[in-house]
Amino acid sequence: MFPFVFEWAWDMSHMVFMGGLWYALTIIGLGLTYCLIKAAVDTAREGKRTNDPHH
Amino acid sequence: MSKTSWIPEGVKRCSGRRFALGMAAVTAVLAWGVYAMFLVWYKGLNQTNMNDAYGFALWIWADLAVIALGGGAFFTGFLTYILGQEKLKGIINYAVIIGFICYSSALLILAIDIGQPLRGWFIFWHANVHSMLTEVAFCLSCYFAVLTIEFIPLILENPRLDRVPFLHHLSHNMHGIMAVFAATGVFLSFFHQGSLGGVTGVLFGRPFGYREGIFIWPWTFFLFTWSAAACGPCFTLLITWITEKITRKTLVKPDVKQLLAKISGWMLITYIIAKIADTIYWALVTAPSMGFTLMDFYSNNPVYGIWILIAEIVVCGVVPGLILITRTGRENAFLLMLSAFLAVMGCCINRWVMVLQVMAVPLFSFNEWYMYTPSWQEVATTILPVAYGVIVISLAYRYLPVFPQERELNPAD
Repeated sequence: MFPFVFEWAWDMSHMVFMGGLWYALTIIGLGLTYCLIKAAVDTAREGKRTNDPHH
Repeated sequence: MSKTSWIPEGVKRCSGRRFALGMAAVTAVLAWGVYAMFLVWYKGLNQTNMNDAYGFALWIWADLAVIALGGGAFFTGFLTYILGQEKLKGIINYAVIIGFICYSSALLILAIDIGQPLRGWFIFWHANVHSMLTEVAFCLSCYFAVLTIEFIPLILENPRLDRVPFLHHLSHNMHGIMAVFAATGVFLSFFHQGSLGGVTGVLFGRPFGYREGIFIWPWTFFLFTWSAAACGPCFTLLITWITEKITRKTLVKPDVKQLLAKISGWMLITYIIAKIADTIYWALVTAPSMGFTLMDFYSNNPVYGIWILIAEIVVCGVVPGLILITRTGRENAFLLMLSAFLAVMGCCINRWVMVLQVMAVPLFSFNEWYMYTPSWQEVATTILPVAYGVIVISLAYRYLPVFPQERELNPAD
């Protein structure tokens, strides 16, 4: 549920429940995104090193 | 270019033919469960023996039991990644796989139980923010995502997949920040394990389950989290022992098992002391204040005698707890596994009484006990996750480096 949904109310219950859900999803999402981007960067760097004749 | 095997290097596995035969036998059981599942989805919840008295039944017991026993993943992860118990790295992979199976099974059972799985997303979009079950649904789904993330690096360590540079780096990077995911998992687990206990504890119209507590949390909230942290690792130890018997190999070093057993034992003995205190207060104060005596809950019915309370607290709580906290008990392989088995049984009995006995107890003097026998469809769909678990464990053991100590412990391979 998001604040623009008609059932939303700016009360403590909604903020704690939904805030907790978004907080957990944000950590999971950011962690996963970091791993994916870093893996892509690491792979590209490794490919460059392998192709470098001076390496 | 040499062809890399799908099977991890340096370990011996049975022939493909033998493996396929074993899989076929388990798949037959799985197919029976899937058939029952489609019957429930197609024809509706009239396929079950649930009724007005039993809105929660066998499925919810199975759900609560697998969630508690899958707690070995979060607690072992907490010990390994947050408290730095490096020794437990010998068993953490298996704990994660068992947790993954338990939580995916719990979600599957819920998908069957809600009757109309296409409306499953309503709980997120039209959330009832005054319900503990909403919190359970949120945390369960998020924690399943965490367990999947914890499982992925292990899958990527398969020799064939590990040859792909991107997947190799992805696995390495996920390992690198696993503590973040493990901490998130601990946070989520604490709340959903607790809220599952809280659901029964807040039912003031059901004196068998109702408990006092602190702020909005009844004591059952804390007892459920505590028991999951105590019995989950016991389940991991038990499944590891079964796997070792089937494969005829030692897969985890004894000192790793004993460390986990020791921590689990202390969790169990402290839990059971809290549980005894809770039971005494409930029997002497809470229930009488609602017009009930202790024996009202354990008499005049064919199943629920006082034996169930003794079995849960003494036989499956105090006894395994005492064995696990003593060095001689832990070092004896038979006693260690007996204690793990008893602890697991105790946890299952606890979930059974907190789901089904709560429903069975008559609320008025003119009521009879409500007894319930599950339909074959309910039984088949409850056995379905067991077959699914056996398949996932078999595939993981065959193709993934689940046990980092296996090669060292079985040099003849």
